[in-house]
Amino acid sequence: MAAAKEIRTQIGSIKNTQKITSAMEMVAASKMRKAQERMAASQPYAKQIRHVVGHIAKANPEYRHDYMIDREVKRVGYIVVSSDRGLAGGLNVNLFKTVIREARQWRDKGVEVNFVAIGSKAGTFFRNYGGNLMAAKSGIGEAPETKDLIGSVKVMLDAYDEGELDRLYVVYNEFVNTMTQKPIARQLVPLVAVNDDADDEEQTRSTSWDYLYEPDAKELLDKLLVRYIESQVYQAVVENAACEQAARMIAMKNATDNAGNLIDDLQLVYNKARQAAITQEISEIVSGAAAV
Amino acid sequence: MANSFQCEIVSAEQSIFSGEINQLVAAGKMGDLGILPGHAPLMTELQPGPLRVMREGGEEELYYVTGGFLEVQPRLVSVLADTATRAHDLDEVAAEEARKEALRSINEQHSEMDYSRAAAELAEAVAQLRTLEQLRKKSGRG
Repeated sequence: MAAAKEIRTQIGSIKNTQKITSAMEMVAASKMRKAQERMAASQPYAKQIRHVVGHIAKANPEYRHDYMIDREVKRVGYIVVSSDRGLAGGLNVNLFKTVIREARQWRDKGVEVNFVAIGSKAGTFFRNYGGNLMAAKSGIGEAPETKDLIGSVKVMLDAYDEGELDRLYVVYNEFVNTMTQKPIARQLVPLVAVNDDADDEEQTRSTSWDYLYEPDAKELLDKLLVRYIESQVYQAVVENAACEQAARMIAMKNATDNAGNLIDDLQLVYNKARQAAITQEISEIVSGAAAV
Repeated sequence: MANSFQCEIVSAEQSIFSGEINQLVAAGKMGDLGILPGHAPLMTELQPGPLRVMREGGEEELYYVTGGFLEVQPRLVSVLADTATRAHDLDEVAAEEARKEALRSINEQHSEMDYSRAAAELAEAVAQLRTLEQLRKKSGRG
C-alpha cells in the first residue's frame, strides 16, 4: 500500500496547485477586462495624434523641429515595455527576443544601442543581458498614469535633443486578441509618415505645402510632439498591460488543464496500485486458508 | 467642391465625435476660428472654450474642451482635446462657483505660483460659462 499512499499525496498536491492556477486565471480574466477597457479608452487619441503627426512628417515646413530631422544613425534608443510580474507565458520572453534581434541588427552595422526599461522584468533582463541601460522604471501597477512614465521618457528625449541618440523606438506587445499578443517595435523619433488609410493621399497632397501655425510653429510643435511621444508611450504601456493579463489568463488556463490531465493519469495509476494490493491480499488469504 | 468635410474629435479618454460636418468653430489660442470646407492646412493650440460642430443637415452640436490641438487638412479636421465634454453635461452652478473661487484667490493670494494656477482656473470657469451661454442662445433660437 506504500505506493498507493505516495500517489495519493501527489494527487493532493497537484490538486492544490490546480486550485491556485484556476484562481489566478479568474483574477487575470477580470483584470484583463479592465485593462482592455483602459486600452480602448486611450486608443482613439493615440491613433489620431499619430495621424496628425504623420501629416506633419509629410509636410514641407519652414521650421523643422529636431524630431523631424533624419540624422545619420550612430546610436539608437529602445524603450522596452514589459510587465512587472511573471507567470504570463512567453509574453516577456518573446518581447526580449524581438529586442535582441533588433539590437543585433544595429550592432552589425556598428550602431550603439541604449535601453530604457519599463517594468521590472525588462530591468532584470537588461541587467543580465548587458547593454547600456539608461533608465529603469518599475511598479507602474495596473492603472498606469502618464506622469509615472514621463521621467523615463524624458531621459531618452533629452539624450536625443543633445544628439546622443539618433533614433528612438518603443517596443511593446500589441494586443491582437486574447489569444495572440505580438511584440512590435515602433519608431517614435524622427517622425515617420504613416500611410494607413487610403484617402490620406487625397487629403495630404505630396507637393510642398505647410501649415499655418497659431501661435508660432516652434512653440506649437514643441508641445504637440512631446504630447505625441507621451501618448504613444502611454498607449504602449496600457496595451502591454492588457497583453499581460491576457497572456497570464491563457497560461494559467493551460496550467489548470495540464494539472487536470496529470491528476487523471495519476488517478489511473493509483487505482491500479490499489487493485493490485487488494488482489494480492485476497490471494494471500486464499493461499493461507488452503494451507491450513 | 463638396461642402462638407470629415471631422474627428478625440479626448485623452475617448472618441467624442466622428463624422461629416459643414462647419467647425473652435477657440484657438489666438482667438476664435471658424473652419469651412477647403480651409488651408492649419495647426493651432486650443484654449479652454466651446467647440461648435455644424453637422450635415443643419444639426448643431456643442462641446466644451479644456485645451488641446486642432489640425486642419483640406478634407479632414482633427481635434486632439485634453478633455472634452458635451455642453449639456456642464454644471452651470459649479462653473459659476469655480469662477468666484478663482477670482477670490486671485484677489487674495500674492505669490506668483498661486496666481498662475488661479488664472488658469478662472479661464476654464469663464470658458465653461461661455459655452453654456452659447448653448442657451442656441436652444432659445431653436
